[in-house]
Amino acid sequence: MEDAARLLQLVVNGAASGCIYGLIALGFVLIYKATEMINFAQGDILMLGGFVAFTLIATWGLNYWLGAFLAVVITAAFGFALDALVLRRVIGQPQFAVVMLTLGLGFIFRAFAGIVWGYDSVGFETPFTNRTVRLGGVVLGQDNVSIIVGTVILCLVLYLFFNRTRLGIAMQASSQNQLAAYYMGIPVRTIFSLIWAISAGVAAVAGILLSPVSMIDVNMGFLGIKAFAAAVLGGFGSIPGALVGGVIVGIVEQLAGYYLPPGSQDVTSNVVLLAVLILRPEGLFAQNIRKRV
Amino acid sequence: MSATEALLRVANIETYYGPIQAIRGVTLDVNQGQIVTVLGANGAGKTTILKTISGVMDPERGQVVFEGKNIAGMKPDRVMREGICHSPEGREVFPFLTVHENLVMGAYSRHDKDEVAHDLEACFGYFPRLKERAHQRAGLLSGGEQQMLAISRALMGKPKLLLLDEPSLGLSPILVTQIFDIVKRINRERGVSILLVEQNAHIALKTADYGYVIEVGRIVMEDECVRLMEKDDIKEFYLGQKEAGVRGRRRWKRKKLWR
Ligand SMILES: Nc1ncnc2c1ncn2[C@@H]1O[C@H](COP(=O)(O)OP(=O)(O)OP(=O)(O)O)[C@@H](O)[C@H]1O
Ligand SMILES: [Mg+2]
Repeated sequence: MEDAARLLQLVVNGAASGCIYGLIALGFVLIYKATEMINFAQGDILMLGGFVAFTLIATWGLNYWLGAFLAVVITAAFGFALDALVLRRVIGQPQFAVVMLTLGLGFIFRAFAGIVWGYDSVGFETPFTNRTVRLGGVVLGQDNVSIIVGTVILCLVLYLFFNRTRLGIAMQASSQNQLAAYYMGIPVRTIFSLIWAISAGVAAVAGILLSPVSMIDVNMGFLGIKAFAAAVLGGFGSIPGALVGGVIVGIVEQLAGYYLPPGSQDVTSNVVLLAVLILRPEGLFAQNIRKRV
Repeated sequence: MSATEALLRVANIETYYGPIQAIRGVTLDVNQGQIVTVLGANGAGKTTILKTISGVMDPERGQVVFEGKNIAGMKPDRVMREGICHSPEGREVFPFLTVHENLVMGAYSRHDKDEVAHDLEACFGYFPRLKERAHQRAGLLSGGEQQMLAISRALMGKPKLLLLDEPSLGLSPILVTQIFDIVKRINRERGVSILLVEQNAHIALKTADYGYVIEVGRIVMEDECVRLMEKDDIKEFYLGQKEAGVRGRRRWKRKKLWR
């Protein structure tokens, strides 16, 4: 019983960090599907979202929900501007240029955050901090549970948005066939910027959900590397794949941290990434029809 | 044809792919209510003309005048909003969207909800097959069904001018006849003017009112379709009626390109 409870706790904690990886991976996938760019600054956008929420909630004293909402909106607007002003200009450039650009943007964001918010870890009070829930005799942290619940709700909202609204379907259409979308009178450039906005907004949500579990600091964007493994595991092009991939990476990581020698936790995501690339490079959820640009 | 009444007037356009000149000064008119066809072999430049009209490519020189307004250089989503809808070569449907969603995307720029619903029913009326498959992913349709979808999707944009790029491509002769009958009905019943690009000269000349023949980026012949059909060159190289003469043998290579 003791063992089973322990295992459940590990799985829940792993699933929670996995949700964070999944949300970042979702951002990778949305942007990749639309523009064939890989945004290596995705993790750093999460960091910025966390800091903005910190300013609004801890410094300005806004209510948690209001502060969180505004932080997501601000970060999304930032994502929109990032595409409209910078990344749109490199569409059509070699992949290499895009990779270097987004890596460079990550550096800039970290430096910017260091100047504005400093290099110390910060945090803010949330409704979930240091509380627990009992689930059939197992004690779970509300912080971890709130991450999982928050992720599920967000995914539901996104699912409905992408499948039930005209704008959401137009985003899918523009991602599937850019030229045809133009022919339909869809303003493809604006649509792509909106996809960047959603990705950034999702990253901000992840940063805020994560804040009761882990402090916000300049280097938290390196979570993006684990999320990258999650996206590859999911097939890099599949939205459910990104989320499932994230959860798998998170759980494996927790289990490895408990049952394997110290230090193994940190390399788990890299091991998963390598294993996928060698054993099943198309990922778990490969899409079969090739995209046309 | 008089220049004043033309719905679309393409004047002396020259279009390049990088250093390669694909269109070498093409002039053509589409009058209100007309079906105009452009015939030509592989690589003649037919698709490039349509791309230049819909704004995917910008001409280096020349004008594209639609309803008296120069639209050359406009972005394709703007051109579409002017009333030119494009059913592209190779259909280019959205493979992971359903048939119904594809059609809804065709009407993306419109806000007249009731009329959109009405036009949707009209499309299903023209192509009942699409109604049966309304909730299937477009990528799973047959080639013929995808062509029906591509035409309907363009129609959903409420075009004044419909650009059709090789709707006969890869379809069985029966299906080609059916689809062209409907193209004709769309033109007659809805008053949509049509610019039709084809390699299948037979069906195109039967469907259209006026025709142009293009070779390596230039118009080499133009006339009423009924008259084009009677011309010896057309009979020889476009309709496959052999009256082999010296010229016929000299140009057999090109002839082989025609369907
Ligand atoms: N993307 C491109 N890059 C460079 N050259 C191109 C490109 N697309 C077409 N061309 C060239 O432009 C010319 C005209 O091509 P276009 O596609 O307009 O021909 P087409 O008449 O539509 O032929 P088809 O019947 O095969 O569709 C051809 O010589 C072709 O090689
Ligand atoms: Mg063509």
